[in-house]
Amino acid sequence: MSSRDHILEVIRKNQPKGLPLQEIAFSDGEPFDKISKFTTVLESIGGTVIPINEWGEVEAYLNQRFSTEKRWVNLVPELRNLAPLADFTEDPHLLENVMVAILPGHFGVAENGAVWITEELMGDRALPFICEHLALIIRAENIFPTLHDAYTHIDKSQYGFGTYIAGPSKTADIEQSLVLGAHGPKSLMLFLITET
Amino acid sequence: MDTETTILDRKTSSDHATLADKFNLDEPRVDWHDKTLWFIRKKRDKAASQLQEWEQLRAVASDIKNNVLANLHTYLLAFERNAQQHGITVHWASDAAEHNKIVHKIIEKTGIKQVVKSKSMLTEECHLNAYLKTQGIEVIDTDLGERIVQLAGEPPSHIVLPCIHWKKEEIGELFSHHLGTPEGNSDPQFLTAAARIHLRQHFMSSRLAITGVNFAVAETGEIVVCTNEGNADLGVQLADVHIACVGIEKIIPLRKHLGVFLRLLARSATGQPITTYSSHFQKPRKGQEMHIVLVDNGRSKRLGSADFRNALKCIRCGACMNTCPVYRRSGGHSYHYAIAGPIGAILAPGLDMKKHADLPFASTLCGSCSNVCPVKIDIHDQLYKWRQLLAQNRKVGITKRVAANTMAYILSHHTLYTFAGTAGRWLMKYVPFIISNRFNPWYKQREMPKPPEHSFARWYHQNRNFK
Ligand code: SF4
Repeated sequence: MSSRDHILEVIRKNQPKGLPLQEIAFSDGEPFDKISKFTTVLESIGGTVIPINEWGEVEAYLNQRFSTEKRWVNLVPELRNLAPLADFTEDPHLLENVMVAILPGHFGVAENGAVWITEELMGDRALPFICEHLALIIRAENIFPTLHDAYTHIDKSQYGFGTYIAGPSKTADIEQSLVLGAHGPKSLMLFLITET
Repeated sequence: MDTETTILDRKTSSDHATLADKFNLDEPRVDWHDKTLWFIRKKRDKAASQLQEWEQLRAVASDIKNNVLANLHTYLLAFERNAQQHGITVHWASDAAEHNKIVHKIIEKTGIKQVVKSKSMLTEECHLNAYLKTQGIEVIDTDLGERIVQLAGEPPSHIVLPCIHWKKEEIGELFSHHLGTPEGNSDPQFLTAAARIHLRQHFMSSRLAITGVNFAVAETGEIVVCTNEGNADLGVQLADVHIACVGIEKIIPLRKHLGVFLRLLARSATGQPITTYSSHFQKPRKGQEMHIVLVDNGRSKRLGSADFRNALKCIRCGACMNTCPVYRRSGGHSYHYAIAGPIGAILAPGLDMKKHADLPFASTLCGSCSNVCPVKIDIHDQLYKWRQLLAQNRKVGITKRVAANTMAYILSHHTLYTFAGTAGRWLMKYVPFIISNRFNPWYKQREMPKPPEHSFARWYHQNRNFK
């Protein structure tokens, strides 16, 4: 008997009787202001939230912070003027010198400051992790209160790869001192479109 | 049997009591270790208290996990089918040795000699690194804490915080030796930057990445991997081959259940609202090869035990370790098993009862572990049941100690728990609930936040008679 069949056989024999799955229903108490919650939480975990009313503000912010001499990769069509839309046929290793990556996110989650982003928005799966600084853009109306709401929205959709990104990469492995920029981006900027 | 009868009385060089005594030789260090973990426990409390529905979440998580245990057969088959449909190769390993061989075979085919690996307690449990080394393959652990202990030639001492027992000055010295950082520099920011550069080279050059798995979803065949550093993703996204190693108990039924578990995991572990990255892998990247190794290693057998199967609900958050008065004062290595602390102490004897017979005794049975566990595992009850089982199987020698059902063994055994000086004061300060657990014959209440002085005096007096 193969290991697979053997394992499954023992499990079948040993598994206890159990109750059926219950429907999950959560509503986290009082309704809260999603935008301010999202902003507070994301800033508390090291992200920077920049509310914007028009696309030009993204450009102004990034131009002020990062040298245009370095490599920028943009995946947001509305920001084509800032940096041309990147296409990805290349080896992901070649993204190592990306200073700033600018990506659209699907939505944010207020309770934990996370942004959901899937493969087709990343250009290359490696990009959000290998870039030095990451800028994500979402619309304020696309913020859900909790992860339950987020999964209700994701539902059965198919993605090769999707991830929640909550703040910059970080570690506290050395004596619990928080250091931003462990292996991935050293900073995370979240542009929050409130009106356009 | 004779040799076994005394196994718990004998102080071998590697039992918990002896190792804990060793750890306790440096009292300021023990205090520091203790305080650091207590600080993390408090962060967890704060995060939990911010969610009104925290207890409801725990109850639901526990129900889902109970449902998983009852339907594991169906869920595993569904997971396998769905993963395969997405182009993932699924392997099954009965035990650690088979797991290691499967992983080695995959690597061997590629001819790759150096691989990167993100945190996976399962591969620690299976001693994968050591095995691959004998096959001429070097594994670079990429989680900073894991890399630190790896450079030092040690196993992790905590499942979430692998080098929690290391001081920054020591890490500075270690890095100076291995990575060439300037001597005497122990600034965490600087050392992390040095590690970033060091590990980035490995991410860039390694064509094969191994990861653990936090959750495997039956409904969709996807796996979820959580990190703060981004090391799992950097490894996988740059590699030609991804191998994910997962214990069969990590299955959850539906994608939406991730909402429940991801809300609990990081809050319980470190008090964060969520880890920086929660990556959902459903299909390999174009051109990438992806393997999932499902590992049993004693789990299916444990499933048959009504007393001990609940330990399979564990999501490896580490909360039970951070809160455990014994763990905090004895250090992870004193457990001499890949998974330390209360959860390790109930898992290890299931694998090898004789070798790990000391571990269920490394507890005060205060119940704090069960109180914080996000999936409501009855950890301290299981510790007690293991003691009974061990007593039954070993008959003489220990019966008395086991019968002295609270803390007789631990209190009489080592310096750690003597009621003199700082240790005694510490015990009162940090584990007041010790007097209210149900194994305590004097107090029935579940929690007594601020016990009055005379309770302690009375309790102390009576406990002393156990010696
Ligand atoms: S037993 Fe519970 S508290 Fe301990 S690591 Fe597992 S899930 Fe966390």
